[in-house]
Amino acid sequence: MAKKAIVDRRKCAYCGACVAVCNLFATELVETFLEINENCNGCGICVKVCPMGALSVAEV
Amino acid sequence: MFDVVVVGAGPAGSMAAKTCAERGLNVLLVEKRQEIGTPVRCAEGISKKALQRFVEIDKKWISAEVIGAKIYSPDRTEVTMAEEMAGNEVGFVLERKIFDRHLARLAAKAGAEVLVKTTFLSFERVGDRLRVKLKRMGEDWEVETKILIGADGVESRVGRMAGIIKTLKKSEIESCAQYLMSNLEIDENYTYFYLGNDLAPGGYAWIFPKGNGCANVGIGVLPSIAKANAKFYLDKFIEKFEIKGKIVELVSGAVPVYGEVATAVTDNIMLAGDAAYHSDPITGGGIANALSAGYHAGIVASEAIEREDFSANYLRRYDELWKADFGWKLRRNKKLQEFFLKLDDETLNSLARSIAGKNIRDTSIEAIIAELIKKNPSLLEILRSFLSP
Repeated sequence: MAKKAIVDRRKCAYCGACVAVCNLFATELVETFLEINENCNGCGICVKVCPMGALSVAEV
Repeated sequence: MFDVVVVGAGPAGSMAAKTCAERGLNVLLVEKRQEIGTPVRCAEGISKKALQRFVEIDKKWISAEVIGAKIYSPDRTEVTMAEEMAGNEVGFVLERKIFDRHLARLAAKAGAEVLVKTTFLSFERVGDRLRVKLKRMGEDWEVETKILIGADGVESRVGRMAGIIKTLKKSEIESCAQYLMSNLEIDENYTYFYLGNDLAPGGYAWIFPKGNGCANVGIGVLPSIAKANAKFYLDKFIEKFEIKGKIVELVSGAVPVYGEVATAVTDNIMLAGDAAYHSDPITGGGIANALSAGYHAGIVASEAIEREDFSANYLRRYDELWKADFGWKLRRNKKLQEFFLKLDDETLNSLARSIAGKNIRDTSIEAIIAELIKKNPSLLEILRSFLSP
């Protein structure tokens, strides 16, 4: 089990705030599609900055 | 082989590409999205003076003109900063969807290549040049260039990959949510700002008129102190202030409130606009500085290419230009922001009361600080200690 950020695509407004604060380059915005890659360590900073509350950290 | 590759077709990138192309350079402007200007991530306000410095005004992308601003403290004490009369507009609320396309078109007209749906991936150094790896409509594509300008916004990859800037901390970024609302009954001659530690922790709420009863109604909060997400605070603001309107669009975004970066360059690379954290730490405004930075980066790029010197040492001329133009203001306003962050609601109220009803005939931060000091002389010493380096 590891911690990882997950995105609720129905809430995400694809602004890239999460991309800006991730120093692992784990989040990437492709048009309207937010990708979270294997670099994610579940630190949760993206959850704090997401204006929409679209991100959370879960055990995966 | 390009002289300059510009990443990001927002105001900074398009202005840089236009400036380079006008000086005869071979320029490529890439935008990762398929449409320039959308989705909007902006409250769209800009001062008339700042805009006129770099762009010829075209009504096609002006939504509304305002004569001033009204600021509300937590107990709703009103402070008005305005020109004497209507017809003497000081600010614009833009239609960024059209404005950004207009700027990209100006760059194209000047001779820049423009490509959409083209994403910057990485770069490597080849001699004194760069090989830039891009993804163009899903296909890998490499180009060589002498200079790379990163105007790729708050989430800049160029700047962080080049090691020019550090990733923003949650105390260095405003998390923002905004609705475009219709059916509003507001005086469309003003922009409106609402302060309060509960209302908008570390930020403010705004209403910027867009004409015909429409307005951008938004909020920015500082994630390091906010207890919930920006949309939560926005909905609470609308409820509390009984803003009766229909939501016709949702905008979300993030604004750097970093202050002045030490440098926005390295060998072969310059950053401009939000990518260089050029947005204002007090107002969050970024368009004016982005236009200025893009222009200066374009000028320095063309000089560097003429001299065949793409070293950081030469490109630091760009640092000198943007710092002299507005960098000093970012540095000062970062300190002012830190000062304002410490004020509780009661202090904000008493400061607002001290200058309420005064005729502040200028809509700048300087004007309001000057008025505050006039009415609260003890502030001067406190501010001095904050502003001293």
